[in-house]
Amino acid sequence: MTTRIDATLGQSLDSSPSEPGSTSVFGLLVRYLGLAAFNALALTFIYAFLRDDNLNLAAVFFIITLLANIVIFVPRLWPLRWIAPGLLLAILFVIYPIVYTVVTGFSNYGDGHMLTKGQTISLLGRQQFIPEDAQTYSWSVYQNSAGNFALWLSTTDATDGPVVAFAPVGAAIVEVTTPPAEPPTEYAGYRLLTRAEQTRSLSALQSAIFGVDNDTAAILSSRQAARPLLQRYVYDEATNSLLDQETNTRYIADDAQGLFIPEGGTAENALVPGYRVNIGLANFQQLFANPALLTPLLDISVWTVIYAILAVVISFAFGLLMAIVLDSPFIPFAKFWRSLIFIPYAIPAVISILIWGGLLNQTVGIVTNAIADLTGYRIPWFADPWAAKIAVLLVDLWIGYPYMMLVCSGALKAIPSEMYEAAAVDGAKPWHSFWKITLPMLLISVGPLLIASFTFTFNNYLLIELLTKGNPPMPGIATTAGYTDILISYTYNLAFGANADFGYASAITLMIFVVMVVIALFNYRFVARWERISENV
Amino acid sequence: MSSRTRTNTRTRTEEERDQPSMIASPRERLFGTTWRMILVLLATGFALLPVVFVVSSAINPEGTLTTQTLLPSGVENLSDMTVNFRKLMFDAESLEVFPFWNWVINSVIVSVTSTALILLSTILSAYAFSRFRFYGRKTLLLGVMLLQAFPNLLAMVAIFLILLEIGRLSTAIPQVLPFLSFIDWSFLNMFGLNALGGLILVYVAGSAGLNTWLMKGFLDTIPREIDESAKVDGATAWQTFWMLIFPLARPMIVVIGVIAFIATFNDFVLARIILRDKENWTVMVGLYSFINVQFNKDWGMFAAGALVAGTPIVILYLLLQDQLARGLTTGAVKG
Repeated sequence: MTTRIDATLGQSLDSSPSEPGSTSVFGLLVRYLGLAAFNALALTFIYAFLRDDNLNLAAVFFIITLLANIVIFVPRLWPLRWIAPGLLLAILFVIYPIVYTVVTGFSNYGDGHMLTKGQTISLLGRQQFIPEDAQTYSWSVYQNSAGNFALWLSTTDATDGPVVAFAPVGAAIVEVTTPPAEPPTEYAGYRLLTRAEQTRSLSALQSAIFGVDNDTAAILSSRQAARPLLQRYVYDEATNSLLDQETNTRYIADDAQGLFIPEGGTAENALVPGYRVNIGLANFQQLFANPALLTPLLDISVWTVIYAILAVVISFAFGLLMAIVLDSPFIPFAKFWRSLIFIPYAIPAVISILIWGGLLNQTVGIVTNAIADLTGYRIPWFADPWAAKIAVLLVDLWIGYPYMMLVCSGALKAIPSEMYEAAAVDGAKPWHSFWKITLPMLLISVGPLLIASFTFTFNNYLLIELLTKGNPPMPGIATTAGYTDILISYTYNLAFGANADFGYASAITLMIFVVMVVIALFNYRFVARWERISENV
Repeated sequence: MSSRTRTNTRTRTEEERDQPSMIASPRERLFGTTWRMILVLLATGFALLPVVFVVSSAINPEGTLTTQTLLPSGVENLSDMTVNFRKLMFDAESLEVFPFWNWVINSVIVSVTSTALILLSTILSAYAFSRFRFYGRKTLLLGVMLLQAFPNLLAMVAIFLILLEIGRLSTAIPQVLPFLSFIDWSFLNMFGLNALGGLILVYVAGSAGLNTWLMKGFLDTIPREIDESAKVDGATAWQTFWMLIFPLARPMIVVIGVIAFIATFNDFVLARIILRDKENWTVMVGLYSFINVQFNKDWGMFAAGALVAGTPIVILYLLLQDQLARGLTTGAVKG
């Protein structure tokens, strides 16, 4: 009784302001030293992320660190210390990815818009060009024991005096003040390469940049090298633009589209790559405005719903049938048969789907062969849209119905036998009592499981990816889609296939999420209603 | 009948089950048994067709899919039967292309570590949710539930990028903070992309929700008086948990442990995205690579590998199916 009162006041004994029982000095020491180490590591991460212009992860790690400290330092929050390990990990790998997906759904993130503006500017800033007035040198190649290359650059000045510099990859170029007449065979730990060795490393040498920072050199031709190179794109914050120093073109940043567009030019001439920006509802608008995108999405949505409903209904029907059959006293060794029929559910899904792929192989699969021998018709399982859909349903049935059988036989036992006896007294036929008693009672108890099974099937990416890969492909549409693609596999291909478009894929994910939440809430209500009903049974 | 009467542990429902058969006339009995047995045999055949096929593929010395039959052919002696297994496990040339033992070891490392960490974080959270009353408890519990509704396949973009960035830190930190370069930051690669540590973290984080609910439901059935009496005796919350609750929760720990082990062992989607090099793959990703080659020429090795990897899981399931079903219902009672 006391517990209940305390609980309603939110002040049970357990929520005492500090952790009950005393903590030893040693325990406290471990706790604070651990926290200090954690903080030091986290701050290092945050600093490194900030330097990389990765504000998202810096923010997430900051929040995680802050929460960890609050939980340790505020005595009143001690119960959260027990939850913290799981919670902090979930913030990084579950909650942040969801937030990230939501934000991405409103952005143009994808091929050509992969990096943030800052990262794009620094990436473009690393490009260099050889100005026309650069000093040219003749060159020889050196290599050190670590495999790094260096150039021996030599030319003459206005008075025909020798000017020589030594330019290693990734280190500063040094002037050689009193150079020998010929390049030495050894210099500063580097060894002069022979002609043959040079030729072997030619492609690496041609793309190499020698020296660092503003003083770099590159090979121009078999005879000439140039120094110094200049930074090609320079960002000007005042005008929010990039200046191409080679062509003297100014590229204005268009923060609505995430592109650097040349002055007076159009988006088609923009610099590659562009950058990631928020584009509001454009992903959704584009989806509904563009029939080439809308048509496959509608087709796929319809098939996804039909597939999920059919798969659940068929598995349930077969599972129920077998549960009833095996429940009968006429079957000897029922438990043995049940275990055998249950095996498909125990096999790892990856393995069973791949085996079915082999069985149904169009040219050599033994099931295809057997059907061809019997009927003379070779079923094109993965080339014909209808056959492919039937193949998907068939494999789904094989994997899914043992589970339904298990669930149903449990639920059948829970139906009170008095109901059947009463029905029998009233003269009901077995068929009648199945429709009027068994099925309704069963649906009430396994209903939530059927809905959960529906949402699982709705998102059963594994089956589609391993069995058909969405094939056969739909002709004449803007994106890659197939007749057996379901929403999740279609979305996955949008995000990870060629021409990745994370923004558009995330927008579709958000719509799937809304549907899933509605179903989850419906299911929750359903469970609640069922509990009210069952109390009265 | 004799087998039934010998065991006296049969439940009453099974006794009741027998009654109609005693009432039924022999003709009814024969008819009832016949059509039911036909259905049962059909269902068993359907269930076992792929199993028989994969076993015969594994022992068929011809390795391609083209040469497979439902029942093994071309097997003349024991050494014929083991051709695929030997190639899969001991053939140096083949191990070069398909490092099977790497995959097995990786799978075991990932599943065992993930299971241990999942159990640890789950039982700690569940104990707090079950026994302590604190601000935000209900919100957290509901939040845990709703997060499950998100199709997390697409959150993969973010997970992928997080792991990529964590791996990149191993070179970035010595660059931006040179005074810290005395530490060997390469350990961060173990938690980045293409590394088992990263995969384990993702598994542990992702499975916390449902398992916490299950475990909390079970802990709620353990009487609170046990905690109260321990508290009266002066035990700390940790002592109560470790000495009293933890041993009592063992049935549920077994259930969640087995589920977590099987789920991580069987996972394909996350593992394939995160693990890039074949030396780092898990068994399921590796098995897929046999199928991906042209003309299914490695079908026999796939079948052998599928048997080696799948059999322990199937046995585990069949041995524990009653326990799993019972554990799940107990946990759900007070969910």
